[in-house]
Amino acid sequence: MYELIVVGGGPAGLAAACAAWENGLRRILIVERDRDLGGILNQCIHNGFGLTWFKEELTGPEYAHRFIEMLAKTGVEVRTDTMVLDVTPDLQVHMTGPATGYKIERAKSVILAMGCRERTRGAIGIPGTRPAGVYTAGAAQRYVNVEGWLPGKRVVILGSGDIGLIMARRMTLEGAKVLACVEVMPYSGGLTRNIVQCLQDFDIPLYLSHTVTEIRGKDRVEQVVVSRVDESRRPIPGTEMVFDCDTLLLSVGLIPENELTERAGVVMDPRTKGALVYENMETSVPGIFTCGNVTHVHDLVDFVSAESRRAGAAAAKYVLHGPAAGEYIALKNGFGVSCTVPQRVRPQNVEKSFNVFFRVNRIFGKSEIVVSAGERELCRFKRDRLAPGEMENITVPVKLLEGVAGEITVEIREV
Amino acid sequence: MRELICIVCPRGCHMQVDDSLNVTGNFCPRGAAYAKAELTHPTRVVTSTVRIAGAAYPRCPVKTAAPVPREKIFEVMDAIGRVTLTAPVKVGQTVIDDVCGTGVAVVAARELL
Ligand SMILES: Cc1cc2nc3c(=O)[nH]c(=O)nc-3n(C[C@H](O)[C@H](O)[C@H](O)COP(=O)(O)OP(=O)(O)OC[C@H]3O[C@@H](n4cnc5c(N)ncnc54)[C@H](O)[C@@H]3O)c2cc1C
Ligand code: SF4
Repeated sequence: MYELIVVGGGPAGLAAACAAWENGLRRILIVERDRDLGGILNQCIHNGFGLTWFKEELTGPEYAHRFIEMLAKTGVEVRTDTMVLDVTPDLQVHMTGPATGYKIERAKSVILAMGCRERTRGAIGIPGTRPAGVYTAGAAQRYVNVEGWLPGKRVVILGSGDIGLIMARRMTLEGAKVLACVEVMPYSGGLTRNIVQCLQDFDIPLYLSHTVTEIRGKDRVEQVVVSRVDESRRPIPGTEMVFDCDTLLLSVGLIPENELTERAGVVMDPRTKGALVYENMETSVPGIFTCGNVTHVHDLVDFVSAESRRAGAAAAKYVLHGPAAGEYIALKNGFGVSCTVPQRVRPQNVEKSFNVFFRVNRIFGKSEIVVSAGERELCRFKRDRLAPGEMENITVPVKLLEGVAGEITVEIREV
Repeated sequence: MRELICIVCPRGCHMQVDDSLNVTGNFCPRGAAYAKAELTHPTRVVTSTVRIAGAAYPRCPVKTAAPVPREKIFEVMDAIGRVTLTAPVKVGQTVIDDVCGTGVAVVAARELL
């Protein structure tokens, strides 16, 4: 019987396992389906990781390496090449891999840290033929960075999420011509820094409020058609531009990988597409915790590490001291806020303050994030700018919740 | 007055720089340093991969240990493209001492045994 089983050995699983060890657990197992620990970071060879956490600018593999070294100093057990197939509500973990075969391990607590996967073309339904040469940006990233081959020479990228932007630069550096990055929304979904250093540095045009309306080609992509869209994101006839290219990369968003979570009977949040969680990353099923991209899609791995350490510490507390107590207060999305994590807070279970992550649903200029309970304002935070592509993070002192019951609201007020 | 977005870290601060290179809007000192460099002599860290023999994967990620002049990016890529390593490789191990006369080393960014 393990005290804790962590599903997934990416940055989330690694940080959670380390924190659980530091907080006193000794029988911990990480199960990872890949050959190596590190998760998606192993293919993110660009730099920009770790400035908040290590006060240094690292590449993805270097960031992962730091955590793998930390883990090596603990007694945490690791099973790679092993896939978790099921987690039951009574915490039996079903797994299979070449080393162990099909195996069921029991645990006192489980942390789900499976990360996310990319939306595929089918999920967004582009009309046209079905030739070779259409890839998700993350798949292309793996081909180029890990396996060492270039999937195309003339490239159009649909979606301006970070992976698409990073791949625009990466393909350019490797000798491909990136003709355009096309974004259906009037703003980019990626970090501003990536617009600057991945597109502007290489004069790659970004077409906002545009989308791919047709893919042409028999065996291989030969052309894609790009059209302007109106406010309701419908293509405007007569605005078509044709690009001669052999490759279309899709960077149209990430979805948390939650099949296991749902089968474990965990209550989900339809907006984050992850589990509904309490302040300590505990789900609705006692003993099951979740952290990282499987809970909500993060842009910065530093925040993944911080959140996952909280999950690890909470799992240790659960195993050693029993379930968390107290009534919860629900967090409601007010004006401008599309979803928060956590969705519930138990003040009794918070020492000093708790973190709230959220995304806004459009771009805001100078504004204030206001937290209130009914008519009563609890606190406000100033921001110069808010954008949907950049996750926000506020820290709320728990003493402000004294006398509050039911729910609190997080909203944006432009000033 | 010029508007500039800091690209040193993912926070992406929006900065204003006046004619005598005074910087505002930066959350940390790296932003000011970046703004001054960007307006006088822009530099970038280059990350890529090199071939590696005898490892579980055919490519090993590498990076320049410090930023290099932006106009040298493609020259640096060429130099990186000519390297083949042999496993084992440690994080931080030097791959090229001084890439294209920049005085900057290229180092391995992943351990491959
Ligand atoms: C292309 C790209 C660029 C990015 N750029 C930056 C950046 O510049 N700066 C920054 O700070 N952050 C960046 N990020 C974000 C950061 O990398 C992620 O937030 C972070 O990797 C998420 O960690 P995770 O552990 O939740 O998920 P992952 O890294 O995806 O790890 C999940 C792990 O779980 C394993 N797994 C899944 N299901 C199972 C199962 N059933 N059984 C066993 N194992 C399983 C997977 O194999 C994987 O190893 C980027 C992300 C991407 C995709
Ligand atoms: S000023 Fe500092 S915090 Fe802001 S983006 Fe630059 S490095 Fe990051």
